[in-house]
Amino acid sequence: MHLDRRDLLKAMLALAPSTIAGRVWAAPQTDARLLMVFLRGAYDAANVVIPVSSDFYYASRPNLAIARPNPATPNPNAALSLDRDWGLHPALRDTILPLFTKGQVAFVPFAGTDDVSRSHFETQDTIELGQNVNDTRDYRSGFMARLAANLTRSRPIAFTDQMPLIFQGGEAVPNIAINSVGKPAIDDRQSRLITAMYQGKPLAASVQEGFKVRDDVYHTVTDHMMEASRGAVSPKGFELSARRIGHLMSDQFNLGFVDVGGWDTHVNQGGATGYLADRIAELGRGLAGFAEEIGPAWSKTVVVVVSEFGRTFRENGNRGTDHGHGSVYWVLGGGLKGGRLVGEQVRVDQPQLFQNRDYPVLTDYRMLIGGLLQRMYGLDNGNLQKIFASVEPKDLGLL
Amino acid sequence: MRRLTRLCLVPIAGLAAAIEVEAAEGPSPQPTSADLALIDAVTFGVSPSSVEAFRAVGAEKWLQGQLLPAANLRMPPAAQAQIDALPMTHRTALELAVEVGAQGRAAGLISDMSQRAAAQQVNQQTMSDIARQAVTRTILRALYAPDQLRERMTWFWFNHFNVHQYNANLRVLVGDYEDHAIRAHALGRFRDLLEATLRHPAMLRYLDNADNAVGHINENYAREIMELHTMGVGSGYTQKDVEELARILTGVGIDMKPDDPKLKPEWQAQLKRDGLFEFNPARHDYGDKVLLGHTVKGTGFDEVEQALDILCHQPATATHISRELAIYFVGDDPPAALVTRMAQSFTQSDGDIAKVLDTLFHSPEFKASLGTHFKDPVQYVFSAMRLAYDDKVILNTAPIVNWLNRLAEGLYNHQTPDGYSMISSTWSGPGQMTTRFEIARQIGSSQAGLFKPPTPDAVEQPAFPLLQNALYFGVLRQSLGPATRTALDQATSPQDWNTLFLSSPEFMH
Repeated sequence: MHLDRRDLLKAMLALAPSTIAGRVWAAPQTDARLLMVFLRGAYDAANVVIPVSSDFYYASRPNLAIARPNPATPNPNAALSLDRDWGLHPALRDTILPLFTKGQVAFVPFAGTDDVSRSHFETQDTIELGQNVNDTRDYRSGFMARLAANLTRSRPIAFTDQMPLIFQGGEAVPNIAINSVGKPAIDDRQSRLITAMYQGKPLAASVQEGFKVRDDVYHTVTDHMMEASRGAVSPKGFELSARRIGHLMSDQFNLGFVDVGGWDTHVNQGGATGYLADRIAELGRGLAGFAEEIGPAWSKTVVVVVSEFGRTFRENGNRGTDHGHGSVYWVLGGGLKGGRLVGEQVRVDQPQLFQNRDYPVLTDYRMLIGGLLQRMYGLDNGNLQKIFASVEPKDLGLL
Repeated sequence: MRRLTRLCLVPIAGLAAAIEVEAAEGPSPQPTSADLALIDAVTFGVSPSSVEAFRAVGAEKWLQGQLLPAANLRMPPAAQAQIDALPMTHRTALELAVEVGAQGRAAGLISDMSQRAAAQQVNQQTMSDIARQAVTRTILRALYAPDQLRERMTWFWFNHFNVHQYNANLRVLVGDYEDHAIRAHALGRFRDLLEATLRHPAMLRYLDNADNAVGHINENYAREIMELHTMGVGSGYTQKDVEELARILTGVGIDMKPDDPKLKPEWQAQLKRDGLFEFNPARHDYGDKVLLGHTVKGTGFDEVEQALDILCHQPATATHISRELAIYFVGDDPPAALVTRMAQSFTQSDGDIAKVLDTLFHSPEFKASLGTHFKDPVQYVFSAMRLAYDDKVILNTAPIVNWLNRLAEGLYNHQTPDGYSMISSTWSGPGQMTTRFEIARQIGSSQAGLFKPPTPDAVEQPAFPLLQNALYFGVLRQSLGPATRTALDQATSPQDWNTLFLSSPEFMH
């Protein structure tokens, strides 16, 4: 008796990874591309997308606040006007502001999670796992892995040197340290011999795919570098990564993840210029560069920029900010109905602060992303539940 | 039901004896493929000298020597000398933490911003250097220690009780944690191991219990003790149990100050200090607690001892630990019957780790699994090094650190308390396989800098990996499939042959 049950279980296990029954076959936009950008360390959203109509903001940040836009007396250090209530950090003047003006960027203020641990570690995991915060965590099930498993023809990739939690579980996803792509030392002859050794073995597909991804990435990156070197200063840091990612996602991959660190600004974060201004400028150059490199596919692409939480609304005693709660998320894309702030808002004033210290969270990250996924891939509620269980997606009318 | 009944009728010792028969006692003239697979499974990989040691005493005696290592086992002198030359191995965690903490505070007081930044960078480098020394020791032990199973279990238990080096000042503490909390108990009693991790500042800092005090409860560590370290997730404890354990753990923390905290006279006898560890009664919740149905009277640190006893005696703990060990040594989905027998050993021996492993290594399930388990990156890199260079001691561990990081299983580098995945699919993805092949080439071609000491102007010492050795021609070759043999026959140089051999599916398992 027990043998039968065991055999049945074995058969079920063997079937599980390759089953395609649960996948979406008739997605309306099969050429859609999604890039998740994770700002690890909790970026100071209030000084990047600035509540310029709030006197309370200026009172709370005597050393850090970015000046109000004033068309009468142009000031290069003033915020760039987004609408009546919000301004953009001046370091984004040449990169993100033009995209915003074209309607290709939207900002979601008061966005975040229901995780109130104020721990980077906890809350990054919360977002990457995309599970209910009070349930027991399954560290083998990231939400982008679940998304990849529920889409046909998904070509997922992590542009990180270690496999991020967000892609854990499900099928093997290649990960590539995009800023250090070196010339493969295993040559074509060796690749062929190695592939032959794995012929008919369980790892054959992985080995074959590995050589293909490796060559694709290397060729794309080197061809691209040769083109780029004809021009001006070669980009560095995140801009270099993002441009390479744009190239790779123009035709080879359609589900990407990248993280950018260095946002934990407890001391001397600066204002219109300084540390955070430099970081945000690099981010802006990267995202604008990505939009440029991905080419015509930009119109089918959605980029979501998230961070684990916001920072304290008031500056601290070290000209910095501490761990907070609500943040401002970004959505970008060539086909976006953006150029505006979206989602529920409240007046930025002391009584509205969460625990009298942080932005509240009015738009949950899963509702936001779920709403975008629904539009992008035509996912029905049942399929969406497999990615974000018991979450009601929020359609913000961006797609 | 039927399966369980049958299992109870089979005496465990009988099972073990049945397996032992196959390995004749005394020196064996020529090791078989099965012998090599056994050495491979128990150690960080087969090497010519490990086969010699095995051959000299025979399978069973060798295995017992791994489970209960003799006190007089020594590292090769060239490896031990390198470890002895690491300054950090002669300092206590307390000394290091106090010194580095003072350096950091002094840096923070510098008023000039650029000078402050420079001093803070020096402080960061000091911490990184201490961690680097610890990693070097770990790698040298993994490659050359004769008591290989102890080193594998050290890695396993570190991963089980994982801490992350980039959390707070853990780079300073992680080497001491590994050596004193983990390695000292790696083949001993689980209860001692658990308490040693609980009393170590690396764990108390990493899982925030250093901040857990009466009126300021932090339940992070309490939850992980039950979820990860002992009973396992979903094994029946409740949120209330987590809260009660957190209350029991109040006051268990860290103290870097030389002077004892000021305490009321009636509390003074309750104070406990040992290095950086401190139980501070003024921070403890002296109310009674109920943990997993047991009443724990509010008495101070003795509550922690009681709680650990309760947790270690839970059947869920025996099963959880046994299952993890079985996954590590047998593979992804260990047979339930094996886990059950191991859990019985755990319970009968009061958590004697060597006894549980003895049951595992003598099981038919273990024997059946030999040679099938996909190596995780640590096992892959260490086994390639051991086979390629045997006991020729490397002079620079930096390339290995780099390979493990590239393969995303760097030492002390896992952020989350759950440790690195034990499931093979985590490590066999497309990008990860090609990275392995690149590393195979580096190990196989002797150009990685392994024999160039990490000092300026050092000259690389000549050393060539000897993979086509007597061991290969005598035994290893027989275990290769026709596809691998065909590929190896097309190698154009010894370097090329090494690269292909270390890339072969047979070597990956």
